[in-house]
Amino acid sequence: MCQECGCATGTGEVHVHDGHHHHHHHGPDPRSIEVVRDLLHANDHAAAHNREHMQRHGVVAINLMSSPGAGKTALLEATIEALQHRYRIAVVEGDLETDNDARRIRAKGVPAVQVTTGQTCHLDAGMVHQALHQIDLDGVDLLFIENVGNLVCPAGFDLGQHANVVLLATTEGDDKPAKYPVMFRAADLVLLSKADLLDVLDDFSPEKAEANVRALANAALVHATSAKRQETLVPWFDWLAAQVEAVKAPAQAAE
Amino acid sequence: MHELAVCQSLLGEVARIAADNGGGRVTTINLAIGPLSGVEARLLERAFTVARAGTCAAEAELVIAAMPITVRCRTCGAVSEAPANRLLCGACDDWQVDLVSGAELQITSLALVDEPMPAAAE
Repeated sequence: MCQECGCATGTGEVHVHDGHHHHHHHGPDPRSIEVVRDLLHANDHAAAHNREHMQRHGVVAINLMSSPGAGKTALLEATIEALQHRYRIAVVEGDLETDNDARRIRAKGVPAVQVTTGQTCHLDAGMVHQALHQIDLDGVDLLFIENVGNLVCPAGFDLGQHANVVLLATTEGDDKPAKYPVMFRAADLVLLSKADLLDVLDDFSPEKAEANVRALANAALVHATSAKRQETLVPWFDWLAAQVEAVKAPAQAAE
Repeated sequence: MHELAVCQSLLGEVARIAADNGGGRVTTINLAIGPLSGVEARLLERAFTVARAGTCAAEAELVIAAMPITVRCRTCGAVSEAPANRLLCGACDDWQVDLVSGAELQITSLALVDEPMPAAAE
């Protein structure tokens, strides 16, 4: 222990306490290594690998995030019903426990890989990498990655996706973007789900929700949707088509 | 609570950087963390005191520089500080701004000493 300041560190280093520098001279001088290295460097590296791998196979990967119960799986079911004759779809399902969601997706006739994260509150690039090995990517146009229901942790981990879609259910507050700025700042598209309930909810304003997204300097489209009303999903389908187009066009040009 | 996962990743990077620089015992790890990284410095510090055991950073001190959130306005060019959930230009209130700082989650430097780990604490 350092005698000078009573801290528990060893000898020889320079460190900071409450803004004051204490120089320790009772040991060998330390070497200082200057670096700029992201803490999640290993995950970012694995995510870049996933992205490259999917790009090579012409697969568009969409990372779906929301709080638990906002309707990610219901959205996927409705999307598969509408688009499975147009695109070859596969799903990676992230959940703490159970493969219930993967079974719901498989019931729609689409391959689904369940990732059970156990105590981990988010998917990371390594987990997605493992899942990708269980999917024939040559037979897939559109891969949905349904992240663990959580508005905090998944935002920090790049998976190699092409876009982030965040669901905000009308049964949650329209101030969720202000409460979870890291998540909603990362959104490329925000879907206000369960919009069929707007008629009976007097405390959710789609305009306020959108204003709260703009206040995060995020220009992402904000659409009100209901998985039960397919006509409300058309802007979402159009957005997906544009994503597929954007990834397929350069892949075809390279062939 | 993803700070334990972040902390384990941190320790992996620290071990790699130390090994790339001749090895030794890590005495200090300097980090820069911005609020928009989504990582709580206090939770990371707590996770670190547990996760560092048995690593080359077992006795290292974690020094975290809290980075401010600053934005540059695309409309008027002003650079201003902003709270995490109101990333608006401080001069003209426009939301079309670019983040200058505030999303950092970086190791900025390490201090290493050559001596081997002491056999046991006093």
